[in-house]
Amino acid sequence: MMPAVALSVENLSFAYTNKTALNQLNFKIHSGECTLLLGPNGAGKSTLFALITRLYDSRQGCIELCGFDVRRQSRRALAKLGVVFQQPTLDMDLSVMQNLLYHADLHGMDGKLARQRIQQELERLDMYERRFEKAKELNGGHRRRVEIARALLHQPSLLLLDEPTVGLDVPSRTAIVSYVHQLAGDGQLAVLWASHLIDEVYPQDHLIVLHQGSIQANGPVPEVLVAAQATTIHAAFDHFTQAGKP
Amino acid sequence: MSAPYPTTPIHYWRAMRGIVGREMWRFVTQRERFISALVRPLVWLFVFAAGFRASLGMAIMPPYDTYILYEVYITPGLCAMIQLFNGMQSSLSMVYDREMGSMRILMVSPLPRWFLLLSKLVAGAAVSVLQVYVFLGIAWLYNINAPWQGYLLLLPCLLLSGLMLGALGLLLSSFIKQLENFAGVMNFVIFPLFFMSTALYPLWKIKESSVLLHLLAKYNPFSQAVELIRFALYAQPNPTALLYTLIAFVVFMTAAIIGYNPSKGMMSRRGGG
Repeated sequence: MMPAVALSVENLSFAYTNKTALNQLNFKIHSGECTLLLGPNGAGKSTLFALITRLYDSRQGCIELCGFDVRRQSRRALAKLGVVFQQPTLDMDLSVMQNLLYHADLHGMDGKLARQRIQQELERLDMYERRFEKAKELNGGHRRRVEIARALLHQPSLLLLDEPTVGLDVPSRTAIVSYVHQLAGDGQLAVLWASHLIDEVYPQDHLIVLHQGSIQANGPVPEVLVAAQATTIHAAFDHFTQAGKP
Repeated sequence: MSAPYPTTPIHYWRAMRGIVGREMWRFVTQRERFISALVRPLVWLFVFAAGFRASLGMAIMPPYDTYILYEVYITPGLCAMIQLFNGMQSSLSMVYDREMGSMRILMVSPLPRWFLLLSKLVAGAAVSVLQVYVFLGIAWLYNINAPWQGYLLLLPCLLLSGLMLGALGLLLSSFIKQLENFAGVMNFVIFPLFFMSTALYPLWKIKESSVLLHLLAKYNPFSQAVELIRFALYAQPNPTALLYTLIAFVVFMTAAIIGYNPSKGMMSRRGGG
C-alpha cells in the first residue's frame, strides 16, 4: 500500500511585487519520507515554507496538508503541521517547560496530555532533565532540540525544518540530522527539510532541487544522480544549479 | 493525537490563557521593564505636575465635585499614557526579529488569525492594567485618592482602553517594517495623540487657545480613553467616552486584522529568501 500523502503542492507560483519567487512547483511528500529541499540562497525555499505555513497566501496553485487546503481549510491543515523555523523562536526568558506548555496551549492540548507528550519528546532528545532551565541558558544545539520537540508535541503528520542546523557546531548538527532521519524512518511522519548543506542528505532520502524558483530535480537520491549523470550529490547539485552559467 | 477539530471553545480558552499568561510572566520577571514602565508617569506626576501646580488652576468640572490639584487632574491622563506606550511598544515589538520568530509560532497555530491577534492584544492590555494599578498605588501614597468603587469600575474600562490603544499599535505594526521606525511612531503618533488630548489640560482650556486644536482634541480617541478612565476612577459613568472607545477599538482591530491577512496585508508584501 502506498504511504499517505502528507504534503501536496500543485502548480504553485508566487511573485513579490516585481520578482517571480516560485514558478509552477509540483511535488508530493509521503509519510515515512525524508525529503531534502536543496537550493542555493535565494532559490525560493523560505518563500515556499512561508506559503506552506500560510504566512503568505498563494494566489496561483494549491497546497494541501493531509488533504486539507492550506488556504480554505487552514486550521485543519495547520493542525497537521510541525515547524522548526530558521530563526530562533523560543522565548529566551521562559524555561524549556514553559515554552513547550505555551505551544501545547496554542494547540488546545489539555494539561495532563501536554505534560505527558513533553516528557516523551524531551526524553527522546535527552533534554528532559533540563526542562526547568531557561531557554537562554541552553546552547544553540540544545535550543534546536527543544524546538524540534515542540514541533512534534501535537503529533503532526508533516515536519517542516527550515535550515535548522545553520550556526551549529558539527556534533550538534550530526545529532539533529540523525534524529530527524530516525523520525521519518519510523514511518508515521513526513519530513521536508530545507538546506543548502549537501552532507545532510542520506542515501535513502528524497531530493528536491530548487533553483531560481523552479524545481530542477525531484526524486529519490539514486534517481537524481542518474538524471544528473553524476556520482555524488555535490556534483548533481552543481549540475542542476549551475546550468547555464558561464 | 492532534488537537480536536472542529476547534472547541476550550481550545480557544487554552490558547488565550497561554498567550496572556506568557506575556504576564515575561513582564513580572523582567524587572527593568517593570521599573521603566513606571518611571515615565511618575516623573510626569512628581516633577511636571508639581511644577505646573501653581500656574494651572482647575475649575470645578465633572467628575470632580470640588477644586482639585493639577496632580489629581493629570493622574487619569498618565494612566492612559502608560497604556498608550505599552500598547505601542508591545504591538511594535512584533516587528523585532525575535518577536517575529515567536509571532510565526503564533501564526502557524491552528486557530483563526483574528483570535490570535485579539489574544495578543488582551495580553498586552492585561500587562498595561497591571502597570496602571501599581502606578495608582504609588499615586495613592502621594495623596491622590479615589473612591474604592472607582478602582473597581476602572478595571473593565482600562481593559477596553488598553485594547483600543493596543489595536492602534497593532495596526501600525502591520505597516511598519523595522523597529527603527519607533522613533517615527513617537513623533507622529504618540506625541500628537498625547498632547492633543485631555490628558494634560481640559477641553475648555484648549478652546481658549485654539478652536481647531479643541476639535482635534475632542475627537482624538486617546482623549476619549482618558475621559473614560477619569470618570471610571471617580465611579461615574461616561457613556460617550465608553462608546467612542469601543468603536475606535473595533475600527482599529478590523483594520489590523486586514493588515495581518496573508493575502491582503503586510505578510504578502514582506520579502523572503
